[in-house]
Amino acid sequence: MTPTAGVVAVQGNVAEHVRAIERAGAANGVDVTVHEIRGSGTVPDCDLLALPGGESTTISRLIHEAGIAPEIRAHVEAGKPLLATCAGLIVASRDAADPRVETLDLLDVRVERNAFGRQRDSFEADLDVAGLDESFPAVFIRAPAIGEGETDGEGDGDAGGPETLARWDGRPVAVRQGPIVATAFHPELTGDPRLHALAFFES
Amino acid sequence: MSEETGAGADADSDLDLEGLRRGTDLVKRGFARMQKGGVIMDVVTPEQARIAEDAGAVAVMALEAVPADIRKRGGVARMADPGQVREIVEEVSIPVMGKSRIGHRKEAEILEAVGVDMIDESEVLTPADDAYHIDKREFTAPFVCGARDLGEALRRIGEGAAMIRTKGEAGTGDVNQAVHHQRTIRGAIAELEGKSHEEREAYAREIEAPAELVHEASEMGRLPVVNFAAGGIATPADAALMMHHQCDGIFVGSGIFGAENPKAMADAIVRAVNSWDDPEALAEISAGLGKGMRGDANVDLPEEEKLQGRGV
Repeated sequence: MTPTAGVVAVQGNVAEHVRAIERAGAANGVDVTVHEIRGSGTVPDCDLLALPGGESTTISRLIHEAGIAPEIRAHVEAGKPLLATCAGLIVASRDAADPRVETLDLLDVRVERNAFGRQRDSFEADLDVAGLDESFPAVFIRAPAIGEGETDGEGDGDAGGPETLARWDGRPVAVRQGPIVATAFHPELTGDPRLHALAFFES
Repeated sequence: MSEETGAGADADSDLDLEGLRRGTDLVKRGFARMQKGGVIMDVVTPEQARIAEDAGAVAVMALEAVPADIRKRGGVARMADPGQVREIVEEVSIPVMGKSRIGHRKEAEILEAVGVDMIDESEVLTPADDAYHIDKREFTAPFVCGARDLGEALRRIGEGAAMIRTKGEAGTGDVNQAVHHQRTIRGAIAELEGKSHEEREAYAREIEAPAELVHEASEMGRLPVVNFAAGGIATPADAALMMHHQCDGIFVGSGIFGAENPKAMADAIVRAVNSWDDPEALAEISAGLGKGMRGDANVDLPEEEKLQGRGV
């Protein structure tokens, strides 16, 4: 079977996610077709969906205006995989602690925007991620973090609640809940397809 | 709202974490990539910054005056008051950029200290050094620089720029120079295709660009960093035109707060960048916005009044 993937492309780092999905598919022997999505009508055809990083205020505004938001909700409700990164994590969350972002309430966590500071505090580091054998090169750009106590079901996969896949400086920065994998960092920036593979081809 | 974590205490504890690296090319170019498909708006006050953020801008450029006013006023144009920039930084949650004069390392350091997320080493301000640009590799903050052709673009990237924008002709409201510069850059990259290694080396010497960056642009079929449009973009249709010319995103200077209804214009330009290839959507987006900025056609502009020749 040839799965169809979509990358929500209203704003942000889109082309890199397209390539990462193609690489992750190839690494798993799957030939995947990837669409860039800027309007409604395409998400329902997608088996896999990525919600990239960019500016969460801009992305949340445009996905609601373009009618993509309810389609993303339906995608997740149907149990189909979603990878949400950085601003995508903020938009997918229950609560962004900021009225400027209208969240989708798909991932049951509260997030803090710009939790690690401004761009001068942005960083890269090698990160241990549950489910990956070796550390992952993670790039944090004005990155959010997931609130403490939001991922208490850590490791036991209980009742579909969010479980922590990675922490940085004690704060959860990668989580899984049902069909959703979400990261505060950018797995698409380094060319390492393992996180896309984990989200889309190994569940 | 989420409070700024501030660089101070947190940065110190972070440094204990193994393998943490700040200000690398990946982190700087990564920041620029997050702006793709977005609109970066010139603002002068915190109120304007809030209007830009509410309209969906991906970042704001904090300035003392918009380019059209700088052009009118004449005299020496300098970095904005750092206090004013800080107020804008505190007002919005999106990234804030600031402009330094070309070659003015101290203005850039001050902007970095204020906490701006990207520095525009800009020909819109009066150049401080007529021979050298800032050595941008030494900064933690990423830089954006203007370019008219591939040689300029690759020289700036060689100096450490994480983003290139067309120079266009700022403050005119006339898009034709931005189009010209974007076509020139993309045309030169297209010509590299099919050239042998030694021909590309010779071309690098001819355009005075680092050879390795000429090879990189040739292999990628585009600039190796994010490539925005700037300089004279005044309407949703102008923004859509620059997206058609394969720009990664748009800077709008005087076009928003020089328009009759800045809120409507800002909102419309953001939507036009997302719907650039949908004429019916663009027709709806462009309707009833009120008067745009007045503008001055580039063809009437005397050579000595052009800003684009500064800092090549």
